[in-house]
Amino acid sequence: MSNVLALIEVSPDGHVSTTAAMLLGAASRLGTPVAVVAAAPGSSAALGEALGALGAEQVYVAETAEVVTSLLAPQVAALALAFSALDPSAILVANSIDGRELAARVAARLKAGLLIDAVDVRSDGGAVVASHSVFGGAYNVDSAVEGGPVVVTVRQGAIEDRAEARSASVTTVPLDVDAAAFAVIDAIHPLPAASDRPDLRGATTVVSGGRGLQSKEKFVLVEQLADTLGAAVGASRAAVDAGFVPQTSQVGQTGVTVSPQLYIALGISGAIQHRAGMQTAKTIVAINKDADAPIFEIADFGIVGDVFTVVPQLIDAIGKRGSNS
Amino acid sequence: MKIVVLVKQVPDTWGERKLNIDTGWLDRTSSDAVIDEINERALEVALSYQDSNDAEVIALTVGPASAKDVLRKALAMGADSAIHIVDDQLAGADLILTARVIAAALTKADFDLVIAGNEATDGRGGVIPSLVAEYLGVRQATYLDSVTITSDSVSGERGTENGSMSVHATLPAIISVTEQSAEPRFPNFKGIMRAKKKPVVVWSLGDLGIDAASSADSGHSVVLSTRQRPARTAGTKIVDDGTAGVALADFLAAGHLI
Ligand SMILES: Cc1cc2nc3c(=O)[nH]c(=O)nc-3n(C[C@H](O)[C@H](O)[C@H](O)COP(=O)(O)OP(=O)(O)OC[C@H]3O[C@@H](n4cnc5c(N)ncnc54)[C@H](O)[C@@H]3O)c2cc1C
Ligand SMILES: Nc1ncnc2c1ncn2[C@@H]1O[C@H](COP(=O)(O)O)[C@@H](O)[C@H]1O
Repeated sequence: MSNVLALIEVSPDGHVSTTAAMLLGAASRLGTPVAVVAAAPGSSAALGEALGALGAEQVYVAETAEVVTSLLAPQVAALALAFSALDPSAILVANSIDGRELAARVAARLKAGLLIDAVDVRSDGGAVVASHSVFGGAYNVDSAVEGGPVVVTVRQGAIEDRAEARSASVTTVPLDVDAAAFAVIDAIHPLPAASDRPDLRGATTVVSGGRGLQSKEKFVLVEQLADTLGAAVGASRAAVDAGFVPQTSQVGQTGVTVSPQLYIALGISGAIQHRAGMQTAKTIVAINKDADAPIFEIADFGIVGDVFTVVPQLIDAIGKRGSNS
Repeated sequence: MKIVVLVKQVPDTWGERKLNIDTGWLDRTSSDAVIDEINERALEVALSYQDSNDAEVIALTVGPASAKDVLRKALAMGADSAIHIVDDQLAGADLILTARVIAAALTKADFDLVIAGNEATDGRGGVIPSLVAEYLGVRQATYLDSVTITSDSVSGERGTENGSMSVHATLPAIISVTEQSAEPRFPNFKGIMRAKKKPVVVWSLGDLGIDAASSADSGHSVVLSTRQRPARTAGTKIVDDGTAGVALADFLAAGHLI
């Protein structure tokens, strides 16, 4: 079986990205999964162990101190080096912000074809086929690359397959980074320590709030319901613009696309651009005081009502069920 | 300073957007075509620099004949001139070819700073600025929530899933901006009238020395199949009579969702 490279993003403080398991799972479907990492010198042993546990057969660690000073250059150089060393049949990268950008630069450098935002990948007679969900899930498109190597970015949280844990062989190489054509990182501001809530991408349940929540203080209601259900928190663009939540929570056309089992929209009108990010959810619930809100056109269960009375009652009712069962 | 803003014509997100089932390409007849909102923000970043500095602002698009409308809009907002790359060979161009064409056009036009949107609303690739940067061998400072331009560098806050970082690049450079970056100005009547007299240069692939067929020497993507998903329909809708929260809990329990 040929090698399939999975570029694993590692945070400046050494944390392996949550997309690693998905990428290695996807890579193991297509060939021999090889994790490629650009990391600070001295991190290869820990990375080898962590990524082997997620299914990598080989972990290729390109070490450079520039990971904290040069934007994307180390990851691009690491992939290009691994590509020439390991002759892979495909390169998989997360469709995160860093991921898609470094994938693009690598594709241009290697004269590879680029397939973006795949929600699924498979091997068809040796060729890599990517499936895409286009225009908010209105279309499913399959694509492939002809005439060169293939680089695929995979939507975060889209593929559930996981590879079996193993003890990976670790290859460590020093990385010479030519950072001339890249920006300089002056400072890194990590998000405050992640809450216990699941990641919005890939979450089974998402509770989102819109402008109808009225204020940052009152938006807490969305978080309370989310915590009752073990759900991730999402939002409309209007809620983001109003400062109720950070932009990373935005669901929709210019935000995150989610496809959970259950999506609950609170005080969200359901503009077409919001729907583009959530209408492939299995079950949609909406609470809105306007009976004509377009969100009801796609809701499996809609309540015309005030979120500030219905949601507390819902939380209470769920609590009672929990204690009865 | 010479600033080139990359603008794209896209189907209006307010309408129903369609793909041609046979080719997988955008069905341009089915919806209104508009300038992508994110590119108005990109242009605003350039124009607000120009408001208080000496700068020339050029809008550049790669697209069919109809794409001249987005250049007119950019000129009406305040761009000084525009470049339109149009060629029948570009029908169905993939990201790689589009980026090669943009890179060649930027080389021909010359620039100090290129400003793009972070992601187009139709293809949602978010990769054109990076591809172009690699082809040109210039620095990229992309996905900026805020931008500061000086005479020899550009800096800003790059937001990612894990937080943000402050980055800078000396010019020449290519940047892309997010929705958080700027609120675009509206073209006023004077701007619309003046736009009619501003120059729009039209280039073909031949003018750029690009042969679309030669893209075969690098990988290119092909669409294998396109299927339309059935539209979603409405389910139950109730009006809260004081017990809707309980009814919803029942619904969720019945579906094993709690
Ligand atoms: C290019 C482009 C991209 C966009 N991208 C996105 C995107 O990614 N995501 C996105 O969400 N939007 C996006 N939008 C914006 C979109 O068009 C809407 O403006 C936005 O989704 C509206 O958010 P909202 O539903 O919270 O606000 P509104 O439309 O103002 O709706 C608020 C709703 O709350 C209801 N409400 C008020 N009070 C209560 C109450 N007490 N109880 C119950 N209901 C109440 C109201 O009836 C109303 O329906 C985009 C727009 C454009 C042009
Ligand atoms: N055909 C095009 N013509 C001009 N600019 C483009 C074109 N396609 C993409 N861009 C620019 O690249 C940005 C990101 O696009 P994309 O990578 O396609 O999501 C857009 O917001 C534009 O600024």
